[in-house]
Order: sequence, then C-alpha cells, then structure tokens
Amino acid sequence: MVLVYSDDKKITFELLNKGSEIAKELGEKLTAVIIGKIDESLSQEYISYGADDVFVSETDIDTFKAEEYANYFENIIKETKSEIIIIGSNKNGKELASRLAGRLDVGCIIDCTNIYLKDNKLTSERVVYSGNAIAVEQFNSKPAIVTVPSKVFDPLPKDEKRKGEIIKKKFEIEKSASKILKVQEMKSEGVNVEDAEIIVSCGRGFKNKEDIKMIQDLADAIKGRTVGCSRPIAADLKWLSEDHWIGLSGHKVKPKLYIAAGISGQIQHIAGMRDSGIIVAINKDPEALIFKSADYGIVGDLYEVLPKLISAVKEKIG
Amino acid sequence: MNIIVCAKQVIDVSEMKVDPNTKKPILQGVPQKISDIDKNALEEAIKIKEKLGGKITVVTIGPADAKERIKELLAMGADEGVLVPPPEKFDYYVISNLLAGAIKNIGEYDIILCGEASIDMFSGQAGPRLAGLLGIPQITYAQSVNAEKDKVTADRNMGDNAVTTESSYPVLITVTKEINEPRLPSLMQILGAANKPINELSAESLESGLTSKVEMLELKGVSMERKNIVYKNDIDESISKLVDSLAKEGVLR
Ligand SMILES: Cc1cc2nc3c(=O)[nH]c(=O)nc-3n(C[C@H](O)[C@H](O)[C@H](O)COP(=O)(O)OP(=O)(O)OC[C@H]3O[C@@H](n4cnc5c(N)ncnc54)[C@H](O)[C@@H]3O)c2cc1C
Ligand SMILES: Cc1cc2nc3c(=O)[nH]c(=O)nc-3n(C[C@H](O)[C@H](O)[C@H](O)COP(=O)(O)OP(=O)(O)OC[C@H]3O[C@@H](n4cnc5c(N)ncnc54)[C@H](O)[C@@H]3O)c2cc1C
Repeated sequence: MVLVYSDDKKITFELLNKGSEIAKELGEKLTAVIIGKIDESLSQEYISYGADDVFVSETDIDTFKAEEYANYFENIIKETKSEIIIIGSNKNGKELASRLAGRLDVGCIIDCTNIYLKDNKLTSERVVYSGNAIAVEQFNSKPAIVTVPSKVFDPLPKDEKRKGEIIKKKFEIEKSASKILKVQEMKSEGVNVEDAEIIVSCGRGFKNKEDIKMIQDLADAIKGRTVGCSRPIAADLKWLSEDHWIGLSGHKVKPKLYIAAGISGQIQHIAGMRDSGIIVAINKDPEALIFKSADYGIVGDLYEVLPKLISAVKEKIG
Repeated sequence: MNIIVCAKQVIDVSEMKVDPNTKKPILQGVPQKISDIDKNALEEAIKIKEKLGGKITVVTIGPADAKERIKELLAMGADEGVLVPPPEKFDYYVISNLLAGAIKNIGEYDIILCGEASIDMFSGQAGPRLAGLLGIPQITYAQSVNAEKDKVTADRNMGDNAVTTESSYPVLITVTKEINEPRLPSLMQILGAANKPINELSAESLESGLTSKVEMLELKGVSMERKNIVYKNDIDESISKLVDSLAKEGVLR
C-alpha cells in the first residue's frame, strides 16, 4: 500500500495525485491517513481527490507530538503493510517523518521536489547546497518514507463520485514524556507569496519597521501587492509575519518579477527566489552579492531610490 | 548536566562554484566549516552548562580533517570531542546510527542538541531521527530554551504556530539560528583547546556493517543565468532606465 498523510489537507490533496500515479504503477492501493476523530466528510474529500481508501487512526489526542504520531504510524504501517509513505513537508510533517524513520530504522528523504519510480524503486529529487544542485536519490530498501512540500504537485480535479472504504482503527500508543504547554497561532498577515506574480522584498537595509511602508507602496504601485522579506526581517526583527519570509528555510517563490531592496543576496535567500522570472536588486553596496543573481540592479540608497522608483512606476503605468 | 552537541562539518556553500559547462557544483577545494546552526546548538549548550554545571561533548561524523573544526568547538567551550569517520558509502540512516552509536558510547546524557538542519544538505532529518532511534522525546525548532534541574522548556517556531513544550531528561532539542549569537573564542581559549581530548572512534567499532538505505544516483546542476545589468551612476537616470527595461520585459502593466 502507498500511504499519504499531512495535517494540512491541502497538501494531502496534492500528494494524493502523485501518490495515485505511483500506486497504479505498482498495482497497489492508495490510502490517505487521518489521525484524530472520525471525519466522514474529510474522508470522502480524500477519496474524491484520488484516495482508494482512508485509514482513520482514531484518537482523542488533539495536539501534535511527533513522538505519539510516529507511534501511530508505526502501527498503521504494520497493519497496512505499507511500503511507501508520503508525508506533507511542513514542520510537523518533517519531524514526524524523520522520527518515524528512526523508529523503524528505514530510509527517509526530506523535502522532495519530485518523486517517481525508476526501475520500480522510489526515486526522488531534492534541492541541496542551497539551491546549487539537485540530488537524485533512490531507495534500495523498504519501507521508504519521503516528505514533499506544498505546491510541488497539483491536486487532481475533484471527483465526488469516487467511492472508497473508510477503515477505522484504535491503537494503544506510548505517551510521550514531553508536554505541550502552549500553542499560539502565529501572527499571520494572510499573504501567499507562493502564488504571487510580483513580489517586492525587503531586507536589513531598512532601518526601521515603519520604513517597510515604502515596500508596500512600491508593491501597490507595481500592482503586485505582495511583500516578501529576508529571514532576519521575519525571524529576528519580527517586522513582518513569517508568511512573508523567502528563502531556503522560508517560502520558495517563482513570481514573474522579484524586486529585492536592501537584501544582500546570501545564498540562503537566493535559494527561495532563484526561479523567479526577472530579478531586480536595489542595494547601496556595488559589491553586494545580490547583483550576481539579478537581471537588473540599481546601486543606491534605498531611501532615495524607492520613493523615486514608486513615482516613476506610477507615471509609467498610472 | 551531561550535554551532547551534534556538529557536522560542511562545505561552505557560499564559496561554492558551479562548472560553467556542466552546470554542476564543483565540490573539490571548497572550504569546510562547522554547519552554522550547530554553533548555535553549542552556544546553547554552553549557556546551559554555565547555569547548571556539567560537561559538553561534541560529536562529529566526518572525515579525519574535521578534527581541526572540532578544535574550534573545544575553543568555544566544549569539553571533549568525538570524531567518527563514516564508511565509504553513507546516507541519513548510516549517519544517524553512527551518531546514536557514538552517544551510547559516551554513556550518560541529559540533553542532546542538534541544529534545525545542516547548511549544505538541509534536510533537518538527523535530529528527530536520532531521537527516534534512542527512544527519547524531541523538541524541534527551539527559539529559546530554559533548562532547569529536572526539566526543560522551549519556545518553538512551528511555522503556523508558536508552541511551548516541556520535557524531562533525557531529551533531544534542535535549535534555530535565532536562538542565540554563537561566541567567538578568545586567544586563551584557542590555546587551551589544544589540551582538550578528541576521541577518534571507528564506525565499525560502534555499529558494524551499516549500509545505506538510500543511494545517491546523481547530483544535477542548476543553472542560474541572469542579465546582470547594473545601473551605477545617476539615480534618476538609473530609475528611468530600469522602468523602461521592466516595461519592455512585459512585467509592468
Ligand atoms: C541555515 C540557514 C538558513 C537560512 N535561511 C534563510 C532564508 O530562508 N531566507 C533568508 O533571507 N535568509 C536565510 N538565512 C540567512 C542568510 O544567510 C542571510 O543572513 C540573510 O538573508 C541576510 O538578510 P539581509 O539580506 O536582509 O541582511 P544583510 O545581509 O544584513 O544585508 C543587508 C543589505 O542591505 C544593504 N543596505 C544597507 N543599507 C542600505 C540602504 N540604505 N540602501 C540600500 N541598501 C542598503 C547592505 O549593503 C546589505 O547588502 C539563512 C541562514 C542559515 C544559516
Ligand atoms: C546516498 C547519499 C550519499 C551521500 N554522500 C555524502 C557524502 O559523500 N558526503 C557528504 O558530506 N554527505 C553525503 N550525503 C549526505 C549525508 O548523508 C547527510 O549530510 C547526513 O545524513 C546528514 O543529513 P543532513 O546534512 O541533511 O543533516 P540534517 O538532518 O539537516 O542535520 C541536522 C542536524 O543533525 C546533526 N548532524 C547531521 N549530520 C551530522 C554529522 N555528520 N555529524 C554530526 N552531527 C550531524 C547536526 O546537529 C545538524 O544540524 C549523502 C547522502 C546520501 C543520501
């Protein structure tokens, strides 16, 4: 059996598409996994998006702990005799997959940007060396665990007529010695950089939080409206929420136009935006690395360049 | 408090060059360093030791020349190093098992600290995988850690949520880059590090016959060709040229 799981159902939909391709090729069933309460409507949705059946591991536990979820998965894999496990690559998914790989002592590859069968063996591609290369890796053992980030695959069109079985099972698991004391939703501004066609990004070249307004103004003028940023702006300074964060450890984006102002262009930032159409850099340091990764650049103080650029853009496109 | 820090020697990706013909990265001759976030892990270990006392051991699975890198960590404040050269072929499975083997060999431990992910391969697999192998709780993506005598709490950045987790010992913690600013050792500390022990162990002596579960078939290059047109002179002129170019590219509408 091929198992697909994510606690983010949108990622599950995407993985079901690729999962069903692989399952068909192997002549096996594709099973979507739910850990939690029985949810008929979600189960039916998974079936509509390509699952042959749904395995619900019933539990009252409602906070995620990798230790406990990995324990559920050990049981589910044993029960279903699954040999390929595809997990959504958000932070929960990554630590779950990695721990599970340790528990079962099996192969695991994190953050795959493609998965397929080659010589009947699960094969994957992942970005390594901060975007400088793609490693093609292949499992020579089973079970095989992979994680795949969101937006790598598209979901299949929803087919409400599809039918499938819902398998329910309760497992006794070992409780973790760790305790979740608090879960707080991160402040989010609800931006979706991954879908944006134009992104204007800011970095540490900005001196104050208030100045970021210039970036918003440029984004508005250019009718992009989407603001991105480097890691320090979101993670250290917290001037913007993390949904703006672009790079190796943030969001990977490929807009038609990416403008970076006051960003030095360290390889970890580039890793998140290297697939953009046109890249523009504004930096006061003529030696800044960002110019090596840019199509167009302006050497200058962003405090002078941005207001002028905003007017020039407005003049051009009204 | 017995603290173990897992630190990986990596190539400095920012110094990496790409072969202009094959587009493949050139791996030979790139300078090596300790993976950035593993220094944050060590810094956190030192802070815990300063507060609660104890001993810090750093473990590296890496080639013999990683000894020089371990010396840097001893200078920063680690007490002892363990170096295990991996077998010729290795993967995530082999590395994690060697880490587990080296840690069992050390014996007693309360906290194992790892980086969120290594700077070169960036999978973030080794930490939680190791916790699974050892059967101990894991606290991932810690942005701040408060260690006390019999428990530790950490604030974690889990993307959509900020999660505070508490655990008894032993526990494995992975840290993010934001958790602290790694210290630079003083000259005295660098000289002092020469006397601290580095224990070299063979992979075979820890876990015999480990073979990879995953094989690397190929390392494909990624090309990054850009126009690199940089306007340096008069700002007003630069801006008007840029806006014209963008309009021509069809991205201004
Ligand atoms: C494991 C790991 C993962 C990482 N992941 C990411 C990631 O996902 N995303 C990310 O962005 N970073 C990431 N980083 C951090 C990355 O290495 C850089 O530290 C970071 O991108 C730098 O951010 P910055 O360019 O905003 O700041 P800086 O490097 O400080 O650059 C500021 C730039 O602004 C310019 N400047 C200053 N004043 C002005 C002015 N008045 N006008 C014009 N220009 C000005 C300066 O010349 C400089 O080039 C990661 C690092 C590690 C180790
Ligand atoms: C088939 C295959 C062949 C490979 N061949 C090579 C090779 O020839 N050379 C090579 O350098 N890599 C090679 N790798 C990569 C190597 O297996 C990984 O680097 C290693 O498993 C750790 O994964 P990671 O770098 O993604 O670390 P992550 O999982 O991102 O690391 C997280 C944390 O775990 C700890 N950690 C990770 N690795 C080590 C270590 N070695 N020592 C101490 N602590 C560690 C650190 O605290 C680190 O911050 C190969 C991988 C595969 C799949």
